[in-house]
Amino acid sequence: MTFHRLPTGGTLIDRSRALSFTFDGKRFSGFAGDTLASALLANGVMLFGRSFKYHRPRGTFAAGSEEPNALVTLVRNGFREPNLKATLVEIFDGLEAESQNRFPSLNYDLGAVNRLAGRLFSSGFYYKTFMGPFRNTKIWMFCERFIRKAAGLGKAGLIPDPDRYERMNAFCDVLVVGAGAAGLKAAQTAAKSGLDVILADENPHAGGALNYASGEINGQAIWAFTASVIEQLGALPNLRILTRTHVWGFYDGNTLAAVERVADHKAERSPGEPRQRHWVIRAKHAILAAGASERPIVFPGNDVPGVMLSDALVEYAQKFAVVPKGPVALFANNDTAFAAALDLSRLGVTVSAIVDVRRDISDFAKFLAGRSGAELIAGQAIVGTEGGKALKSISVRPFDAASGEVSGTARIIACETLGVSGGWSPAIQLASQAGGRPKWDARLQAFLPPEPMPGFSFHAAGAANGAGDLTQAFSEGHSVAAFIAKGLGKKAAKPSPVKIDLDSADIAPAPVLEIASSDSKQKAFVDLQADVTADDLRQAAQEGFAASEHAKRYTTWGMATDQGRTSNLPGLAVLAKAQGISIPEAGLTKFRPPASGVAIGAIAAERFGDLRPYRLTPMHDWHLKNGATMYAAGLWERPMIYGKPGETVEQAYVREAKAVRESVGIADVSTLGKIDIQGPDAAEFLDRVYTNMFSNVPVNKARYGLMLREDGFVMDDGTTWRLGETKFLMTTTTANAGKVMQHLEYFLDCLWPELRVHVTSVTDQGAGAAVSGPNARKVLEACVTGTDVDAVTLPFMGIARGSVAGHPVLICRLSFSGELAYEVYSGAGHGQKVWNELLEAGQPYEIAPYGLEALGTLRIEKGHVTGAEIDGRTTAQDLHLGWMISKKKPFMGSAMMGREGLMKEGRLTLTGVQSLSGEAISGGSHIVLSSDPKAPGASLGHVTAACYSPALGRHIALALVADGNVMIGRRAFAADPLRGRHVPVELVSHHMFDPEGRRMYV
Amino acid sequence: MRITCPHCGPRDLIEFTYQGDASRVRPDPASEDQEAWNKYVYDRANPRGWHREFWQHHGGCRAHLLVERDTETHEIRSAKFAREARS
Repeated sequence: MTFHRLPTGGTLIDRSRALSFTFDGKRFSGFAGDTLASALLANGVMLFGRSFKYHRPRGTFAAGSEEPNALVTLVRNGFREPNLKATLVEIFDGLEAESQNRFPSLNYDLGAVNRLAGRLFSSGFYYKTFMGPFRNTKIWMFCERFIRKAAGLGKAGLIPDPDRYERMNAFCDVLVVGAGAAGLKAAQTAAKSGLDVILADENPHAGGALNYASGEINGQAIWAFTASVIEQLGALPNLRILTRTHVWGFYDGNTLAAVERVADHKAERSPGEPRQRHWVIRAKHAILAAGASERPIVFPGNDVPGVMLSDALVEYAQKFAVVPKGPVALFANNDTAFAAALDLSRLGVTVSAIVDVRRDISDFAKFLAGRSGAELIAGQAIVGTEGGKALKSISVRPFDAASGEVSGTARIIACETLGVSGGWSPAIQLASQAGGRPKWDARLQAFLPPEPMPGFSFHAAGAANGAGDLTQAFSEGHSVAAFIAKGLGKKAAKPSPVKIDLDSADIAPAPVLEIASSDSKQKAFVDLQADVTADDLRQAAQEGFAASEHAKRYTTWGMATDQGRTSNLPGLAVLAKAQGISIPEAGLTKFRPPASGVAIGAIAAERFGDLRPYRLTPMHDWHLKNGATMYAAGLWERPMIYGKPGETVEQAYVREAKAVRESVGIADVSTLGKIDIQGPDAAEFLDRVYTNMFSNVPVNKARYGLMLREDGFVMDDGTTWRLGETKFLMTTTTANAGKVMQHLEYFLDCLWPELRVHVTSVTDQGAGAAVSGPNARKVLEACVTGTDVDAVTLPFMGIARGSVAGHPVLICRLSFSGELAYEVYSGAGHGQKVWNELLEAGQPYEIAPYGLEALGTLRIEKGHVTGAEIDGRTTAQDLHLGWMISKKKPFMGSAMMGREGLMKEGRLTLTGVQSLSGEAISGGSHIVLSSDPKAPGASLGHVTAACYSPALGRHIALALVADGNVMIGRRAFAADPLRGRHVPVELVSHHMFDPEGRRMYV
Repeated sequence: MRITCPHCGPRDLIEFTYQGDASRVRPDPASEDQEAWNKYVYDRANPRGWHREFWQHHGGCRAHLLVERDTETHEIRSAKFAREARS
């Protein structure tokens, strides 16, 4: 059997534009407006692919997004996009498509031997075989390779997605999903009532089934009438029509997600044009009018190429003028196929027979059958087919619709195409995402959209709501839009009158969705895409997986890329019958987003690769030019070391740290968080925030402060400088700057709105340089003007204002390194110049820039804490900072810090660690007492930071050790089993270098 | 979900940070009633329905808002400045 193109007709093709494309390397031609499926059918191609498990030959089954079979891979410039529905792919000049899941070729497929091993792939095969006795065995691993290769859909390519995608946010009063009869009408009424409307349709053309309905509206062919309506709507300023846009997700806040295929159908893209655009549409209301899908009746041998949905035959015929060459038979449980028969016969197609499971056929249907010239075979059903890669004949037996029994002898009817109609399933995917349980309609034998869940607003209209004809679709479209318009305070537009002249067939079916014939050896497929048969479902039910959600997972029924659009209901019918219950009792499985396949690239849009913004200090370029290896500290890029040629990291930081201890070094501290705190109550505010007093800090002095969380654990530390009676500058650790800022804002907004205080983050406004070392003062003396920097003017924790290189600076004498040290702040724009001047002044003392590693080394030697120790589980006492706790006032965390568990003995306490063997201690090592690396015993705590200390001439570390105070002087081991290290250490005071602090008070 | 910030107008959720239950009451700072503090710091109701909560408009004006939200439907009944709501 083959199809061919009629010499005239086709509502959506442009015969003046012939296009050339390839399928599996073979060249074909089609017309502009063709889908890949219609163009291949027009060229007589029937075989589109091989099936998922059994590698059975499959043709196209449907004409739209419900297509389960005709999945193809598109190749563009080497990039492969698999699993696209040929029924939705528009052809363009040069399109390259490939069939899937076949080897070596579509026609001769070796994998088809899987069919012989059919039992191997029955329900629950994986679970039973490989999760059972062979679980995690070599047998499974061996078999897996072949099974994975044999079963499957298309293959993804290996090259990165070369395409550009973009994201759009949109807001509207109404989003109409589906631009068929109901959707167009709804959009028209809504827009004319003055609402902001978006109308989205997954097809290249709006119009839906109107594009292939025979008949007339207002004396015009329906498709022509539709085209003129679409044109009028396109001119409305408050209506946006998005074609090639499938709405795939319905989320909280009435937010809908959609993907627009912007350039998939174009041979050449305009510069900068995205391939697809991801829409996030916040709609006050949604109108769901995505129509309905015809579903098949399942019968033995129903997957031979040539078996299709009856409506699809009409769609191909009317839209693309593509019709079957040979005789067509139809198989139905409702009147849809009768109208299809007449449509096809009018186009010159021979319709040989209409087989209907019903004995009683309506007069109207009989009339349609009579006009089409088809033989009406009522009260019979198809029990088998002939034909491997193409249908040759069907075999038909008497059938009792009430009992589902076949009887009598078979009659063979020759036909090359079979159109099946098992009734219609409304597209309820989106409604199901945002609604409760779908409603069963016994007359239509279908689930209708559920009521919206609280917080969602949608209305279904037209075929998506179970409407059976155009009049009803138009009327529902109008009335839901008018209802919404009124709700939004608008006067609803009056509907324009339409006079419809169309033979509408009754879509209500007999409740028959599967023909089970015990003497047939042919498989009866329920889910064509996942290769699940009616017997598979019966077996699942028998094995205890009868509940629809269980059967779905056990058999993979409905789990393929089509979300079971054509298989849900027939499958439910099988399951219900197996249990002797009704279809609504069996219960539809829940639909989840995405309603159909979405390219991950479209969701990511421009957010791919490295998503972080970089924060660079004003001296960043200088660091790079001077050999710095940069290190990402949060979002900041900070120098780790300034390596000289040939130096290791350790050699570099040891050299830098030594320079600080012996002469002078300079470090970029611009990244420290800086918060400007001003207001009459600023001092009071700080007293509440910090554990220690700030209201008694004199102007032009700084104080080291400690912040707790409400629960009494340490949150952050840093110095705060009093710049005036009501003005402070708080510094925070680099990592916590944002968190501390938010903490302060929360207090002021939510807890203490009575405090007259403003906090402003000024981190980015300032550049900071720490000048540290015995010669630091000499460096400042050589370049600072406008202030003295001697020990009287600038004592420890003193603040002075002056200039460097003519730029105003704020200098505070602080020390993180334990040396005589100053932090020099200037405006960010002056940072580099001040830095240069400090370097210049430091030349006589061989001033050395030092990075994070040296900074870390200096602070480990001194036992100063950072984020490694302030890990959210340590208290002030744990870190030996109990002296900072004021007893004169309550402060954030004061009420909770004294809880029993936070005070008890045995807590992890900050402790110094020194290697006794000359070996390095790795960060994260556990402190243990056993000398045996193989039996290290219980952990007493862990190393938080480690380095080689040039000042002490050995490897040292800081650790949090249980009862650290008591353990001082004890020998232990730093165990790092992953790296095979077991280093003998001595536990010491965390003040490992210059414990009296003499060096910084000079 | 969108929150209407009194400064900035209706803005998307991604601009906001949830800052916790607004119905809990902080004990007097000098209070040593551990029960009360424990309740304040750790106990949270998880109501279905209306909930008073703080949201910070971190991606906008940075103000904390006192928001009444239905936890079931995400409907927002009111959003005002936390400072004004409390003082």
